[in-house]
Amino acid sequence: MKKLYVTIGVVLFGIFIQILIWNNIINPYYGIVLTTMAMFVILSTSLNLINGVTGQFSLGHAGFVAIGAYFSAIVTTRMSLPFPTFVIFIIALLVGGIAAAIAGFLIGLPTLRLKGDYLAIATLGFGEIIRVLFLNWEYVGSASGMWGIPKYVNFLWAYVLAIIIVLIIVNFINSSHGRACISIREDEIAAETMGVNITKYKVMAFTFGAFFAGIAGGIYAHLIQILHPQNFTFMLSVQILLMVVLGGLGSMSGSIAAAILLTLIAEVLRGFAELQMIIYSLMLIGLMLFRPQGLFGRKEISLNNLFSKNSGSISFGSPKK
Amino acid sequence: MTILKTTNLGRSFGGLKAVDKFEIYLDERELVGLIGPNGAGKTTAFNMLTGVYVPSYGEIQFCGESIVGKKPYEITQKGIGRTFQNIRLFKDLSVIDNVKIAYHQNVKYGVFSGIIKSKKYKIEEEEITNKSLELLSIFGLDTKHNELARNLPYGEQRRLEIARALATKPKLLLLDEPAAGMNPQETHKLMELIRWIRDKFDITILLIEHDMSLVMNVCERIYVLDYGKIIAHGNPEEIKTNPKVIEAYLGEEVSPNVKSK
Amino acid sequence: MDFQQLINGISLGSVYALIALGYTMVYGIIRLINFAHGEVYMLGAFIGFYAITGLGLSFFPALIIAMAVCALLGVSIERLAYKPLRNAPRVAALMTAVGLSLLFQNVTIYFLGAKPKSFPRSNVITWDFMNVSIRSNQVLILGTALVLMVLLRFIVQKTKMGKAMRAVSFDRDAAMLMGINVDNTISFTFAIGSALAAAGGVLVGQYYGMIQPFMGMLPGLKAFVAAVLGGIGSIPGAMIGGMILGVAEAGVSAIRGGQFSTYRDAVSFAILIIILIVKPTGILGKNVREKV
Repeated sequence: MKKLYVTIGVVLFGIFIQILIWNNIINPYYGIVLTTMAMFVILSTSLNLINGVTGQFSLGHAGFVAIGAYFSAIVTTRMSLPFPTFVIFIIALLVGGIAAAIAGFLIGLPTLRLKGDYLAIATLGFGEIIRVLFLNWEYVGSASGMWGIPKYVNFLWAYVLAIIIVLIIVNFINSSHGRACISIREDEIAAETMGVNITKYKVMAFTFGAFFAGIAGGIYAHLIQILHPQNFTFMLSVQILLMVVLGGLGSMSGSIAAAILLTLIAEVLRGFAELQMIIYSLMLIGLMLFRPQGLFGRKEISLNNLFSKNSGSISFGSPKK
Repeated sequence: MTILKTTNLGRSFGGLKAVDKFEIYLDERELVGLIGPNGAGKTTAFNMLTGVYVPSYGEIQFCGESIVGKKPYEITQKGIGRTFQNIRLFKDLSVIDNVKIAYHQNVKYGVFSGIIKSKKYKIEEEEITNKSLELLSIFGLDTKHNELARNLPYGEQRRLEIARALATKPKLLLLDEPAAGMNPQETHKLMELIRWIRDKFDITILLIEHDMSLVMNVCERIYVLDYGKIIAHGNPEEIKTNPKVIEAYLGEEVSPNVKSK
Repeated sequence: MDFQQLINGISLGSVYALIALGYTMVYGIIRLINFAHGEVYMLGAFIGFYAITGLGLSFFPALIIAMAVCALLGVSIERLAYKPLRNAPRVAALMTAVGLSLLFQNVTIYFLGAKPKSFPRSNVITWDFMNVSIRSNQVLILGTALVLMVLLRFIVQKTKMGKAMRAVSFDRDAAMLMGINVDNTISFTFAIGSALAAAGGVLVGQYYGMIQPFMGMLPGLKAFVAAVLGGIGSIPGAMIGGMILGVAEAGVSAIRGGQFSTYRDAVSFAILIIILIVKPTGILGKNVREKV
């Protein structure tokens, strides 16, 4: 019951913010910033599912975002569907997400037998290949990209989608299937010996992560309204990865907090583009040298944690040393 | 009834035959030991039985089915459970989570049910939690169910590994040096525990051990491995006095009549 | 693909080989993919640039200076950023490397501007025979790369330090117990790898006549692919991998008069995927088993 009230409260809060934006009490520019924040929450939590929860080091997340962005934009700009915009947008998002999920599945199958560094590089390679493919695809404008994408997204959309996606991922983690993924992260050989089909769950995590990244891509496309292959480079993958690592690999609360924090920092530094990147990179290096477990390590913020001394829920462990 | 039978089983690494012409059989409810000097190939044999290594040649029949080439999780689902020589617990997870993961292969609710937290999910999760606690209480670990596995004392970690393996509902349990690092009292308790597990869970147990007092007292039959080949097979009395066995061990300056730790 | 393209491919390949050597040696010795290596190549080019334009030096002295400074840079990176993480989870070291890579790029942009700079070329002599043009700067690349690789082979096989490098790659703890100064060996490895990358940068600078702060990104990634292709950890492998990659890229650019040239960059990544799926240890690589 407590959880239901909290969820309702959170949603109402979002509606409240959106109303403030509509009435210009909050500057629409900041509305865009908040929407971007929600989008990055989806991106960081989806990557966390792959990297943090299942322990598969993926450096190609930008590729999935690109697929989601482009395919959703194709639905809204290159097709005329006889539905109200609300419905068209949902279809577009789903198409983008599913296209990205298919890519995640196809990429995951062959590469997930690779370990650590090799997997990282393979995913990086795939991310780049995807970008080059879009760069050469005339239907979506090749290097010039796509523009004129209708602005179907606002803060409330992104916010609600973020909440839904976070809930889905959290519930997944708390199920036996989520535990299977976690066991893979902890010790693959032991997990398999305990009966866990590691290939199935690695691919599952990858596909889900890709799906959500695709949806985030769809949000991006219909917020910024312009798409260039140059927006989806390795840099983007690194940005998202930084959020996951800063929050603490494996911690959902961490990914959310870090996404919000880093989007804020990017905003504050907006006037100083090169400086922003320098600070980002210094943060990354400093984080790894001095606090590799990030803000939350593997701990989560839960209602039980906040209101009682002893965590009543089954814990997933304390920060890795 | 024979539940496990290997024929001419072998594994080479490069030019080295780690295990060669490995032929054993296990009947239901037997307690059998696999001993031999260090490096004899015992763990390699285990790894082949559990699918971690693919045999270079030979056949393994488990409950009438060939399991060569099957993935480890498939073999576990068919009914072979194991522990590891160097404990491979999920150290950063809680004690109970370690056990819950081992129950996963029998879980009936799907991913979707888990996401929407359906009734099916809630009922089954409660079942899993109860079964896990029950199993842990047998091993005296239920009071520590929320502890991180890494925080348990060594002996309890070994017990947890056995509990976890039992959660996979095996017909055959492979124990790889369960007494490693234990003092005489703990070893004695372990002996009783192993016998008790075999009786209570109605399973077959094959164990690798260096601790001769445990092997001789607990095992009904023993296979001896040296340089990858089986050099002797029989009951404890026969093995104790077998000249080939004594030679294999004396080569390491240890006699099989004495605890070799 | 004709002979001309082959020549171009081999020149390109030599540069990839020089950079790939640094990757493979570092990975062999501390199992780290040094993402910052591509930036060392870039900084080498810039240092060479300032040596020639600022200090008025000619090509070879500038090359030596670039190599020396980058060797020092490589050692510093290792000591400051990688050494503390030697026993940390791999994610940490990889992220730090990525961070360093970004740092170098953006600091260069901040202080020197993002616009490309014109790298002075010495006079280019072209030799033509049988429909093939060979330019002197291509010979320079090939020649310098060959000399350096032979030098490297000599160091690795015939010197004490080289032996130490091979020992530490094989088993760090055992090497330490044998009395080898592991820290110094690792530093030495970084020094050589960085020097080679710097040489690559200077050679490329004089070849294309242009350098810019992002020039290290793609060649860095591609050189890494070359190292993986040849077998990561294997020095001859890096050389072979680099050559194959260079020729493959030149080949793809040449198909049907340049129709697929924008796919050039994808070639290396496609090769990467294929290799990782078919034979992850690469052409000359060794299999390392995890003990269960």
